[in-house]
Amino acid sequence: MSRKVITGSATGAPDAGTELLKVVDLKTHFRTERGTVRAVDGVSLSLAQGRTLGVVGESGSGKTILSRSIMGLLPSRNVVRDGHIFYEGSDIVGYSQNDMRRVWGSEMAMVFQDPMTSLNPVMKIGRQITESLIHHLSMDKNEATETALALLQSVGIPEPQQRLEEYPHQLSGGMRQRVTIAIALACGPKILFADEPTTALDVTVQAQILNLLQKQQTERHMAMILVTHDLGVVAGRTDDIAVMYAGKIVEQAPTSVLFDKMKMPYTEALVSSIPKLANPSHTRLAIISGRPPDLVNPPRGCNFGPRCNYVQDKCREEEPPLVAAETPGHFYRCWFPVDTPEGKDALARNLAATKASGAATSSTTSPDPALATATAKEN
Amino acid sequence: MPAPSSEFPAQNQAPGSDYFPEADLLESGSMATELVGPGGIADGQVRELEALHILDPDQVGSGAIKKRLGLGFWIASGWVAFITLLAILAPVLPLESPSKVSSCIKYPILSTCTKAGVDTFHVLGTDSLGRDTLSRIIWGARVSLSVGLIAIVFGLIVGGIIGLIAGFYKGRLEGLLMGSMDVLLAFPALLLALAIITFTNNRSILVISLAIGIVSIAPIARLVRASTLMFGEREFVLASRTLGASNSRIISREIFPNVVLPVLSFAIIGVAVAIVAEGGLAFLGLSVAPPTPTWGGMINEGRNVLETDPQIALIPSAVLFLTVLMLNFAGDRVREYFDVKEGGL
Amino acid sequence: MRFVRKKLISLFFVLLAVTALSFFMLRLLPGDTARVVCGISCDEAGYQQTRADLGLNDPVPVQYVRWLGKTLTGDMGISARNKQPVSEAIKERLPVTLELLIYSQLIALGVAIPLGLIAAQRAGGIFDRVSTTVAFGLLSIPSFVVAILLILIFAVNLGWFPSVGYVKFSEDPLENLHDLFLPALTLAVAEMAVYMRLLRTDLISTLQEDYITMAKAKGITSRRVLLRHAFRPSTFSLVTVAGLNFGRLIGGAFIVEVIFAINGIGRYIVDGILGRDYIPVQGGVVVVAVAYVLINFAIDLLYAVIDPRIRHARAIV
Repeated sequence: MSRKVITGSATGAPDAGTELLKVVDLKTHFRTERGTVRAVDGVSLSLAQGRTLGVVGESGSGKTILSRSIMGLLPSRNVVRDGHIFYEGSDIVGYSQNDMRRVWGSEMAMVFQDPMTSLNPVMKIGRQITESLIHHLSMDKNEATETALALLQSVGIPEPQQRLEEYPHQLSGGMRQRVTIAIALACGPKILFADEPTTALDVTVQAQILNLLQKQQTERHMAMILVTHDLGVVAGRTDDIAVMYAGKIVEQAPTSVLFDKMKMPYTEALVSSIPKLANPSHTRLAIISGRPPDLVNPPRGCNFGPRCNYVQDKCREEEPPLVAAETPGHFYRCWFPVDTPEGKDALARNLAATKASGAATSSTTSPDPALATATAKEN
Repeated sequence: MPAPSSEFPAQNQAPGSDYFPEADLLESGSMATELVGPGGIADGQVRELEALHILDPDQVGSGAIKKRLGLGFWIASGWVAFITLLAILAPVLPLESPSKVSSCIKYPILSTCTKAGVDTFHVLGTDSLGRDTLSRIIWGARVSLSVGLIAIVFGLIVGGIIGLIAGFYKGRLEGLLMGSMDVLLAFPALLLALAIITFTNNRSILVISLAIGIVSIAPIARLVRASTLMFGEREFVLASRTLGASNSRIISREIFPNVVLPVLSFAIIGVAVAIVAEGGLAFLGLSVAPPTPTWGGMINEGRNVLETDPQIALIPSAVLFLTVLMLNFAGDRVREYFDVKEGGL
Repeated sequence: MRFVRKKLISLFFVLLAVTALSFFMLRLLPGDTARVVCGISCDEAGYQQTRADLGLNDPVPVQYVRWLGKTLTGDMGISARNKQPVSEAIKERLPVTLELLIYSQLIALGVAIPLGLIAAQRAGGIFDRVSTTVAFGLLSIPSFVVAILLILIFAVNLGWFPSVGYVKFSEDPLENLHDLFLPALTLAVAEMAVYMRLLRTDLISTLQEDYITMAKAKGITSRRVLLRHAFRPSTFSLVTVAGLNFGRLIGGAFIVEVIFAINGIGRYIVDGILGRDYIPVQGGVVVVAVAYVLINFAIDLLYAVIDPRIRHARAIV
């Protein structure tokens, strides 16, 4: 029993490539005093066995809410969930808490962002791991403890025997995150949601944790959804990437395709804003000016419009639908996509307009010249 | 070390006054707090101890915060204002004399007593000595409200100054001042007040108020100090200092206005507590001397006839309860209203 | 251990200050102890003798030290009214008050904890709103009003419990618990309201923490999440306040003691104050104040035990 848990899915591994999760038009709205916050506003995606999906976006894009919504971990008061989430064929949107409890831990698991707050501070580490083992896999205490030990070893924690008896605050940040991963993996879930797993950690530790996640995923044939704001994290480690903005997916593609043939200006802006070693020093950092939109009253038309370098009147009026690009699996949401005749035209027109108004307008809604220049350079 | 406030009178702990113990624990320099305070090791759990931020049932799940004083607050304030008004106007209101004994004994509410050809209407009935209850309630309000107010104002001034100085200057001075507060707190509150009243042989409203006020100094000082510490460390104070502001200016311009808010809610609840304290003393016959009526005294008198005429004790009990409830409620609302929470959705 | 040592030192100083204040407090008050002790029919010679007996002719610091020494060895003087040694009286009465307090805290916690758990679990629901409102109302009722209400209902009308008096615990434990029920309940009413709200609030706050979502995401039952994960971290405030209350009520329960005619230490002090009998007051106050300080100290230590973070504090980077 233990062996299987460590190295494989406890509930048996279906053939690699089977579709495990299919989200259809998921909406998650919060009722607040100010109005309804549309945190997730119509997201569709699918995930196959053993594949990794990266979900990228700024703070406020809805990416964290998305993963929690899919897992059904949001509070029920003042939260409206709409759409379908098919897990292994069954729609889990309608599941009661009791039903979901069978799914949590054994089928789906989550690694949270901040290991400091995601571990119970007054419970020993060993207990926190063995708890789900005992609950889901009906192990007895000894078996569970042995398994916990093996788990700690497999996530690379030195002196695991000692750690079992320790409390979270006695470990460093990186160690704590490893423990969180061990807990998530304990019952061999088929899908792992990693919600910004490295954001709260030191840079030096980040790579270790990401490698660990990748290793575990391969060994267990697990599917993973990696949520992050950092494109660098998803660049080499995901099969597909979905870019989120203001609660919607604005571009989705297999990873290499996304970086090579990005269509949505937001994606382009994200990529450009990564500082490049190759650039000479003191190169001005390209930023995306402006702030994420108000999710209670999103702007008319395209959500990204106010901050977009390519924005045209049409963008301000009609919201672009998600359309397919040439490469299969590549979808985007834009009227004037990057690297298309319409797109280049739109960009040129905007650049000219900015120059013409002589503008040293540091208005936050006008496109950032540095970004525009960088973009133009790359074209 | 010997921690905080829940000392100020036993009977009545509205939520506000209870949570300040946490804040005090937070700042008292005791080990528990040195580590878990802001910037300490177990940062994630600071919220637990920062029990100043009390969640409203409506907040759960949505993350939205109600920032209105609410209808309840106005109703509560209305009642308090009403009673205060009646108390102030007592001498000019068309009331029977509160100490006038008559033969209309133990009449129920809304009754008319006819004696010697004279009809007297008693809205709230009469007590065992034939005195008009309504009139006694209103005159008794004068005692309760004045004691409550004077006691707390006194406590605020003295305790506030001590707390501000301790929290602002810190160091040895703080240790000395707060140590004295700790010592003062060790003495059972009401007993201390009682002792002061009895041994000074003076049962005037002033002395009673001061006695209760003295007892309130320590909790208020603790609270003010905790607030001062909290605000003193904020950046706007540092900014002010780097601009060359003098200490007194910082205290009066930056710190004081911010400290006033949490203290205000504590003060409102404190008035309620003081009123109950006076009530308790009156109940034992230790407040102002007869013939001045006091709510506590009336309740005590009604105790003897509880079986046959419970209303004699229950009416003043109800008035006392309502007044205290309204004050507690208002103080609670004020606290929530001024409670600045960071972070939204 | 450095932590404990630091605390002990400050404890010592506070105790010193408290005893000093107790001593000097009565010296500061108007009235002549010697005359009271001497009695009504006191002549000059007797008065001077009394002064000498009480050591009132020595310098004040000397008096203090002598008094402190005597107190520590158990000699707290004799009551002027009934000539009973104070230490003897306190020995009889302190346990009674303690019993009353323990009884009331048990009742309060016994009611508050389950209610708080239920309210927090269904936060915002009917039960929560009703219980919170009721609790708020309860804690606004002054204790003496609660007392007479309880007496009215349960002693006078229903006759289930006595309104005054009680049988000693040593004589008949069950009867004693029966007799003390109303006074204990009186004290408990305000406490339980406070505790319930406190626990509920802390629980709601804790339930929003990430580690609770994580526990939930493990698929364990919601009862387990509540009791095993959320409950313990939420009890800190409760334990602190309960402990502080206990310390405070040792002297602070006197109103209840007076109403129900219970021979506790609070009542002893009140009787002393009213009877201008300084010696018992001094002795009683010292005992109560010292108890309060010690209890607070114990709570501080307890905090370290409950929260393992504090225990290990120095050990972490």
